[in-house]
Amino acid sequence: MNVLDLGNSMETYLVIAALLFGMGIYGLLNRRTMIGMLISAELILSGASINFMAFGHFLAPDPTTGQIFTLFIMGIAAAEAAIALSIIIAVYRNFKSIDTEDVVELQG
Amino acid sequence: MVSLFTAEGLTGLVFLFIVAVTVVGGIIATSSVRLPRAVSGLAMCLIGVAGLYYFLNSPFLAAMEMLIYVGAVCVTIVFAIMLADPGAEKKVGRQGAISTVVSVSVGGLLFWGLAILGTTTMWPAAAVKVNEGSIPEIGKSLLTTYSMVFELVSVVLLLAIIGALVLARKGREV
Repeated sequence: MNVLDLGNSMETYLVIAALLFGMGIYGLLNRRTMIGMLISAELILSGASINFMAFGHFLAPDPTTGQIFTLFIMGIAAAEAAIALSIIIAVYRNFKSIDTEDVVELQG
Repeated sequence: MVSLFTAEGLTGLVFLFIVAVTVVGGIIATSSVRLPRAVSGLAMCLIGVAGLYYFLNSPFLAAMEMLIYVGAVCVTIVFAIMLADPGAEKKVGRQGAISTVVSVSVGGLLFWGLAILGTTTMWPAAAVKVNEGSIPEIGKSLLTTYSMVFELVSVVLLLAIIGALVLARKGREV
């Protein structure tokens, strides 16, 4: 298969979406600050959206379904980002840090 | 076989560039130490994702991705970084080796499994397309088939705005 023809096959988009998802999981596990974890969560949501868009474009009988689902994911992600950032600011006010290891109060 | 010096070949070249922007942006977003750099990587990655949406025959979603993610979410994250001063410099080298190995292997395994699953499955194509997926069709189904979900997302966004205000406001005068 030609490299220049990759944009017309669904598998390309599925692999890119899986790559974004894997990178998001890696960042979510590896990051120490809450904002870094939020950035990784956005990458995971982007991977899911690309999957929906690819299936909606190539396979679904109604191509609007995938686009509308992606729009809803965008709305929910915006709400999630607003809530998470306000929680981060509240945590910073109480602990003077957003490092996930500094905000542990109950040491087992 | 697509030649490079045709319209399809140049389109393929642009597609490869967009894929490169997405992947490099994602790598910067997840592996840079300083958070402002990570946010820039996230914005780059999301611009690439908007390009992918354009290639998936949906310019409306591409514009929404630029507006909502690149224009709103990334700027909000930058505001939070400025308000909450992460002090990224002192975190250099504090990541444990075990944590890195575990994260890389878990993320890599998930990517590998999903990529194998996506490329080897024989996906059955739909027998008939009921419409073209154009912007008027999106608007129609948004206000007919999916109107309930549309209203619910509106309520969720309103609640998120109020909740964010309450959470960020609390304890300010202490």
